[in-house]
Amino acid sequence: MASGARNTADRWLRVLRTPLGLSAGALTAAVLILAVVGPILWTDQASKIDTDHILAGPSSQHWIGTDGLGRDLFYRVLVACRLSIELALLATVIAVAIGLLLGTAPLLLGSRAGRLMTAGVNIAVAFPGLLLALFFAVIFGVGAKGAVLAIGLAGAPTFARLCQTLVAGIAERDFVAAARVAGVGRLRVLFRHVLPNIAEPLAVIATIGAGGALLSFAGLSFLGLGVQPPSYDWGRLLQDGLSGIYVHPVAALAPGIAVILAGLAFNLFGESVAKGLGVAASRVTVQAGGEASFAETMMPPDHVEELGEAELAESGQESVLDVRDLSVTFPGPSGPVRPVRGVTFAVHRGEAVGIVGESGSGKSLTALAVARLVEEPGAVDAGRLSLLGTDLLVGAPRVHRELLGTSLAMVFQDPMTSFNPTMRIGAQLAEVARYHQGMTRRQAFARAVDRLRAVRVPAAERRAHQYPHEFSGGMRQRAMIGMGVMGHPALIIADEPTTALDVTVEQQVLALLQSIREASDVAIILISHDVTVVRAVCDRVLVMYAGRIVEDLPADQLATGAKHPYTRALVAAVPDMTTDRGQPLAVIPGRPVEPAEVPIGCAYAARCPLADEHTRREDPALVTVAARHRVACWHAGEPFDITRDEADVTADLASTEELS
Amino acid sequence: MSISPVATADTPMGGPVATGSRVTSVLANAWVRFAVRRLVRLVVSLWVLVTASFLMIHLIPGDPIRGALGPTAPQAVVDAQRQALGLNDPLLSQYGHFLHGVLTGDLGVSLISQLPVSSVISDRLPATAALAVLAFLVALAVAIPLGVTMGVLTRRGRGRRAELAFTTSGVVLGTIPDFLIGVGLVYLFGVHLSWFPVAGRSGPNSYVLPVLALAVGPAAVLARIVRVELVSVLEADYVRTARAKRLPAATIYLRHALPNALTAALTVSGLLLSSLVAGTVLVENVFAWPGLGSTIVQSIVLKDYPLVQGTVLVYGAGVLVVNTGVDVLLALLDPRSRIREA
Amino acid sequence: MSELRFDNVSVRFGGPRHGLTAVDGASLTVPDGGVVGLVGESGSGKSTLARVAVGLAPLHSGRILLDGQPVSHRGRRRPVQMVFQDPYSSLDPRMTIGESIAEAIPPGSSRAERREEVDRLLELVHFDSRRAIAYPDQLSGGQRQRVAVARALAGQPKVVIADEITSALDVSIQGAVLNLVRELQRELGLSMLFISHNLAVVRYVASHIAVMYLGRIVEYGPAADVLTDPQHPYTRELLAAMPGSEAGRTLAGQAAAIEPADPHHPPAGCRYHPICRVGPTVLPEREICRTTDPSLDHLHLAACHFAKSATPSGGDQPADPPPARPAQSEPTTRSSP
Repeated sequence: MASGARNTADRWLRVLRTPLGLSAGALTAAVLILAVVGPILWTDQASKIDTDHILAGPSSQHWIGTDGLGRDLFYRVLVACRLSIELALLATVIAVAIGLLLGTAPLLLGSRAGRLMTAGVNIAVAFPGLLLALFFAVIFGVGAKGAVLAIGLAGAPTFARLCQTLVAGIAERDFVAAARVAGVGRLRVLFRHVLPNIAEPLAVIATIGAGGALLSFAGLSFLGLGVQPPSYDWGRLLQDGLSGIYVHPVAALAPGIAVILAGLAFNLFGESVAKGLGVAASRVTVQAGGEASFAETMMPPDHVEELGEAELAESGQESVLDVRDLSVTFPGPSGPVRPVRGVTFAVHRGEAVGIVGESGSGKSLTALAVARLVEEPGAVDAGRLSLLGTDLLVGAPRVHRELLGTSLAMVFQDPMTSFNPTMRIGAQLAEVARYHQGMTRRQAFARAVDRLRAVRVPAAERRAHQYPHEFSGGMRQRAMIGMGVMGHPALIIADEPTTALDVTVEQQVLALLQSIREASDVAIILISHDVTVVRAVCDRVLVMYAGRIVEDLPADQLATGAKHPYTRALVAAVPDMTTDRGQPLAVIPGRPVEPAEVPIGCAYAARCPLADEHTRREDPALVTVAARHRVACWHAGEPFDITRDEADVTADLASTEELS
Repeated sequence: MSISPVATADTPMGGPVATGSRVTSVLANAWVRFAVRRLVRLVVSLWVLVTASFLMIHLIPGDPIRGALGPTAPQAVVDAQRQALGLNDPLLSQYGHFLHGVLTGDLGVSLISQLPVSSVISDRLPATAALAVLAFLVALAVAIPLGVTMGVLTRRGRGRRAELAFTTSGVVLGTIPDFLIGVGLVYLFGVHLSWFPVAGRSGPNSYVLPVLALAVGPAAVLARIVRVELVSVLEADYVRTARAKRLPAATIYLRHALPNALTAALTVSGLLLSSLVAGTVLVENVFAWPGLGSTIVQSIVLKDYPLVQGTVLVYGAGVLVVNTGVDVLLALLDPRSRIREA
Repeated sequence: MSELRFDNVSVRFGGPRHGLTAVDGASLTVPDGGVVGLVGESGSGKSTLARVAVGLAPLHSGRILLDGQPVSHRGRRRPVQMVFQDPYSSLDPRMTIGESIAEAIPPGSSRAERREEVDRLLELVHFDSRRAIAYPDQLSGGQRQRVAVARALAGQPKVVIADEITSALDVSIQGAVLNLVRELQRELGLSMLFISHNLAVVRYVASHIAVMYLGRIVEYGPAADVLTDPQHPYTRELLAAMPGSEAGRTLAGQAAAIEPADPHHPPAGCRYHPICRVGPTVLPEREICRTTDPSLDHLHLAACHFAKSATPSGGDQPADPPPARPAQSEPTTRSSP
């Protein structure tokens, strides 16, 4: 029912299941229990004066010795726990309360007053907490009360800053904007939307803060500015012990260790919770899986996709790239996950091949695998993977470094993040020539300028001396292509090269790729989620779904000749400039298959109007149906209603939801 | 993440990058603008500090002089002292006097020793500064190689045990307050092994333990940050680009990953250095170090308010100046300057 | 439903010296029951125009009128509602979708009425109302966007603004959301400002198209007219940039990289002149483009001195007529039923 609440509980429980989280949690609980029961049980022993054993060392009677009045130090350390914890928690409450007030104020007060508030907090934060604590200790006087106020107030700016950051992070989310557009008041936005969403991190920070307060308190008491006799906390005991550290070191070390243990307990508990909450999602992908899961054992053997006969004949002398039965595997929490499952295709000299598919279809990973850029823990298997006739699977990676460095160029999706921000563009291009073509620094730089000119970057000489952030997105993507043609590439792999660009710039970049291809007979693999882009640029299109090629056909047949129901729906779901405005667009019900949850039969069956029992049981192989046309479907080319009624779709959505 | 063609949102901040020669000049200006902004903030902060330390004596409940001299002191002595400190003047003229004094280096006279506060401070400041700077350098020298090594070993989810051990010990060492580390060091190297002197300032040997006590925490924190930054940089798109260029591993690490990881990690060094300055207060008390830290504590305990005001002022100003200086310097080194954007 | 009019609207961010005028004197009318598609590149100010209409960005100058009255951004009743781009960010993860929708219903109804209204709205967007107790993280992107649409409708808006509502979705889901938009528009007679960077998407849903460049509306008119007979060179450029356009391919192939304009320092005169193919950089005698800002004018509305002229014949140069308001253009019948 309440998935939010359930997830929260789950996540906190998961924290306790890690060894670190468990021990930190247990330690925290132990400290808290000791704080409660310590004074009840041992106050008498701790305050009993034993004049026979003044300043005694450890003995069977007094485990860690006695103090100047002969009082047992072990019990004093245990009893001191309550006061130490009490004061620390009190100070934390003060700090959190003030911090929350200051931190949420900008949201309530509006932009101008809020900015002033933020500036004030920024100034206060610049002073270290200890200095603030000393300042307040002077004002409030030496003693426990003064110290609590001092540490609480000193901690407030830090909390205020953290709150401000957390609040600002939530406030910029669209759901807050949506609430404001709906006319929801600021106070309600704060209590209904912002606070619930920052409560978790805030609790974590407060826990860590309590550990910090405990240690700060020990510091103040140690300086003689905190708890005054006859009261005692750990810091006080520490200060008393330190004066005699030469004769009686344990008296100083025991309270010190107690403070550290308690402080660490809070701190580590907070840290492990923070880690558990933050890393929850990514754990799944990195954790190495041990045994094969149920799904894994049920997984059918991959079909070796059939290479078209024409292609088989052609491959050999003319193919730039030849890929057979390529798979990429990652370890998952419940057995290996295979996002690419047996892909077979070839690319000929000068050919432009498009790969389309939704996110998660494995198209980008296929490209990375072909380029030998899949890193551990990912593993690439293939029956054959050859570039220009060289088998890339044989020999160490460094053997192929020069071939890959000069013959294969990569263009990545996001030109904003794909250049090293701390190096000049020219130097980044020149690297290729220096390492693979043995040029001097000067020669390589000249070649970089020449290549920038070739991709029509204006004022190339000056531009080469600039940093990436001085380039616009389109210009960077040109420079990226320029980097690719530093060598003499036979194949350019462009992974969503224009997705981050505006339409007019997109067209220029595609045209540039096209002209490079025509000028030197370079083959191109263009990966895109946009069928219209691929159709406009490529000769041939590979449609991927759930890690497999489901159709391979000439680009000009996409609109009319596609045989796979997925391809047909994909083409009809995206409007172009000729779409009939009177007709609804095609709809593909449900959602794409997760790589970890690939079903036994055809992966598309759950969303396919043509699916039947056979489809769900057995995965169709990719077979040649016509010249240059391969399809993996039991019902290839059968007619179906591509724009089914919305109501049906809703029903389907509901049913797939139940399944997932 | 699903693909969003308009990831570069249509907001004013996400607008197209400026172009051409104008960019270079704007960039130069951007650093200047950042520096000016930080300097303005520094001046405001310093003013807040001066005002706060002035107000401190007036915020204390009751008569601060009576409190300082004790209940037995004759009223005449208290009155004379109040007169000498100008506490009977109108508040505003006292403030003016105080500001004037701060600007001319006159911080008043200690109630206890009757020495000028400024001379006490100038006597003691070098010992504290030496401690802080040395500890900072040691922390950098340890943390950077350690963080880088751990980053490389634990990249892309490798060496999960090593990562856990490193992170946990980092948290532990970063959590233990410097003065407790000091106590531990005194016990181990002073009392138990007698390798180093444990009190006072006498020759290079006496620096070892206090510097260590101060440096351990910041080193642990910085090493963790360096590792995290390096690990995330190694996942960055431009490192993938470098791999796609088939550069040797050493080049990828040293030219592409390290500079980016370090500029990001060092943004905290200003804060770290200033917290280190504050840390001297406690550590000096552990090692009986004749610096400002022990002075400030003694003066608070003895309620020697002019001396408290002076030392708080110097400590605060030191922290603020160091913080600003490091930030402005780093902004100059980083072409994009993440600091400036932060 | 009613007419939303942007009258010479400007939005500024930042201070006077380093500020940015994201929207600069934009005028645009969303006619009663019409869907205006607003296209433009990133940074052109189209999202800012949306945000100022719902009060999320400050109005610097100009007016935003709903049926002649200034739009209110106070109180619980907000006549202009918005659907956001990213459905993963626009729903509070700590609230059920039912609660999220109910929150947007104007006050004054009983709990039972609200629940009924939530059910009705969910049915309206083809979402199983029994799942109103679901949390957003249990839904797919397309489902979330349906819920976001339902929430916008909950405010009983007179005009709905859809800001890139399909661009964060997978291609297979986009179609369903676009179908929903068209269906709702048809059934409820919604007035709508539909913002997208994708001309084909806009073409599919819009009755009118407005083109934005560097904070200005440079062309506005009935969709069919703008698409078949574009007046402004920038609109023509956009059309040519559509994948598959042969003319565009050859044009782009020749082009050197064009530096995008800097919105912090917009060029004087016509903002498009530095990169205009029929402007003063190509045709030197067209000096007027460097100096004088063109107003929205011509057949339908285009802000260009030489609208629809590929050659410098100069015959159709305007004699500075009074600035026409988009409101004067009649909402034309849509090309589809």
